[in-house]
Amino acid sequence: MNVYLDNNATTMVAPEVFAAMQPFFGEFYGNPSSMHRFGGQVGRHVDRARQQVADLLGAEPDEIIFTAGGSEGDNLAIKGALEAMKSGRRHIITTRVEHPAVRVTCRWLRDHGFRLTEIPVDREGTLDMERLEEALTPDTALVSVMWANNETGVVFPIEHIARLAKARGIVVHTDAVQAAGKLPIDLKQVPVDLLTISGHKLHAPKGVGALYVRRGTRITPQIHGGHQEGGKRAGTENVPGIVGLGRAAELAAETMAEENDRVRALRDRLEQGLLQNCAGAQVNGRNRLPNTLNISFEFIEGESILLMLDEVGVAASSGSACSSGSLEPSHVLRAMGVPFTLAHGSVRFSLSRYNTEQEIDHVIEHMPGIVTRLREISPFVGGAAAWAGKSTCNV
Amino acid sequence: MWNYTDKLMDHFKNPRNVGVLEEPDGVGEVGSLACGDALRLMFKLDAEGRIADVKFQTFGCASAIASSSALTEMIKGKTLEEAQQITNRDIAEFLGGLPDQKMHCSVMGRDALLAAIDNYRKGTPPDEKVDSDIVCQCFGVTRLEIERAIEENNLETVAEVTNYTKAGGGCGGCVDDIQAILDEVKAARPAPEPEKTPPRRRLTTLQKIKLIEETIEREIRPALQKDGGDVELIDIEGNRVVVSLRGTCSTCLVSQVTLKKLVEAKLREFVSDELRVEQADGEEEVA
Ligand SMILES: Cc1ncc(COP(=O)(O)O)c(C=O)c1O
Repeated sequence: MNVYLDNNATTMVAPEVFAAMQPFFGEFYGNPSSMHRFGGQVGRHVDRARQQVADLLGAEPDEIIFTAGGSEGDNLAIKGALEAMKSGRRHIITTRVEHPAVRVTCRWLRDHGFRLTEIPVDREGTLDMERLEEALTPDTALVSVMWANNETGVVFPIEHIARLAKARGIVVHTDAVQAAGKLPIDLKQVPVDLLTISGHKLHAPKGVGALYVRRGTRITPQIHGGHQEGGKRAGTENVPGIVGLGRAAELAAETMAEENDRVRALRDRLEQGLLQNCAGAQVNGRNRLPNTLNISFEFIEGESILLMLDEVGVAASSGSACSSGSLEPSHVLRAMGVPFTLAHGSVRFSLSRYNTEQEIDHVIEHMPGIVTRLREISPFVGGAAAWAGKSTCNV
Repeated sequence: MWNYTDKLMDHFKNPRNVGVLEEPDGVGEVGSLACGDALRLMFKLDAEGRIADVKFQTFGCASAIASSSALTEMIKGKTLEEAQQITNRDIAEFLGGLPDQKMHCSVMGRDALLAAIDNYRKGTPPDEKVDSDIVCQCFGVTRLEIERAIEENNLETVAEVTNYTKAGGGCGGCVDDIQAILDEVKAARPAPEPEKTPPRRRLTTLQKIKLIEETIEREIRPALQKDGGDVELIDIEGNRVVVSLRGTCSTCLVSQVTLKKLVEAKLREFVSDELRVEQADGEEEVA
């Protein structure tokens, strides 16, 4: 049995999305900017996709800029907004648990003349709102806070944050790459100025995304050239990708309410099953997306768990150092203060609407054996705890 | 996903010699829970001082578990002197290779072995690392460990040191220190070509001929033969040395010229600056 539970990393392209895209690799190959019917036909489909994405977000079509994915959207939002700003403000606020597309971008700006505040989270992944409010100063130009975290699924109070910042004339960006399609988003209610989504996290293909730019919010293009996307993002449109993203957004809007209840039930079943059958396990994060379970197993290491899961056909991911190729465990778990006994043994299961109960039960059936096997090899189980504590490792 | 070899995956899925020994003769513990990998290795000796039994416990990724398992297989039946010769490279090779970023797993295996042998010889638990020796605070890596990894694996860059020891892979605050250690070790390394003081005194003709012959035999011919070429001494007339050369491609002009220059350079270095090398008559210089 093959069980794909790594949907926060990427998702399967939905069959409906694939079908919608196919003509644009064939018959409909025109350039949407062209003054002939080849282009005109295609242009109408791009317009339709723009409407579909806008509808998912409660936005207007002219507020949607198509991009090449989440990373580009984040960069365009943050750098583009700061560059267009005339106020001379030089302070950026973000969080310690952002995706690298935001975190690294903000740190790069810090090295190029901006001040940066990274707001901490507590042990459950909840943002320290007091610190955030204190950090808002007359010099603050931009607040960028993710809507939902990709590793833990923890959801942040974006509406509240946006209201606080807007009241002080601060531009607000949110990386909603993980939230879009999993949580209802209504930008008529939530006064953010900029919002990023990425196609491949909601059953559209990789390499396409969108940035929402509220009417009246100024951004400077980061890719200069032609007049596409209202002059905000040059380059001939990725038409198949855009059409796919549009269809995926439409599907998400149609099915979200119902599917999310089902996905949440499956996730809860997995969570309860693992907690009941595996000793020394602990869930990371509270108030989460319906599809995400980040769970740590004491005294064993994440990469080993993943490879053993792979042996039984289960795909997941881990915040352990080894599995990422870096030497440190995930910056998100460290920011939450998850102890080392647990951080290295974290596994993220992220579900989609395509998962079934049998698949979840397959994981619940195999996980306890994997944990037991690895603990039999581990030197820290039983009697060796003193050794575990006396190291100088500070990461 | 890592590119692990089948052998590595086999040792990960079916690790050999997992567990603990009652009353072991030596125990080595390296790494920690905080660092993300740790290994406890223990052995028992037989009457002849050979490793009769060995067990391990490992916390870590697949390559850490496989490296530990491999190590136990490699040292069984060996004397401590023999076991001590095993390098981290040997462990990696036994597994058919490790990804660069995972070399530290093999280093951990070797360090645990040395710690266990040390423990047996001294009869005491291995000394705690002294704070002042620690270069990388994040992962608790000592200067000695870094030096050893550099020497045994001919490491050249800080990134390589990080792959092999983890040092520098945390906050990055110690990368300058690691670079300094690299520079020191490199400076202390014997030059690749041990500097033989070229005899610059006046040579008798007989001495000169002998020295030219020796130099060709020792310095030039092995190098050429390695690539399928060869050199033969034909004649010596004053400072004119006539040789017959065969390159890998014996009719190539370029290779002949390069070969001649190489022979001349070596002879000038080891015998006399005044030597001139020529090719034997009748040999084709041009294709
Ligand atoms: C929260 C978040 N932001 C940004 C990205 C980057 O998106 P993309 O892979 O489309 O560049 C991802 C996905 O990797 C993500 O999870």
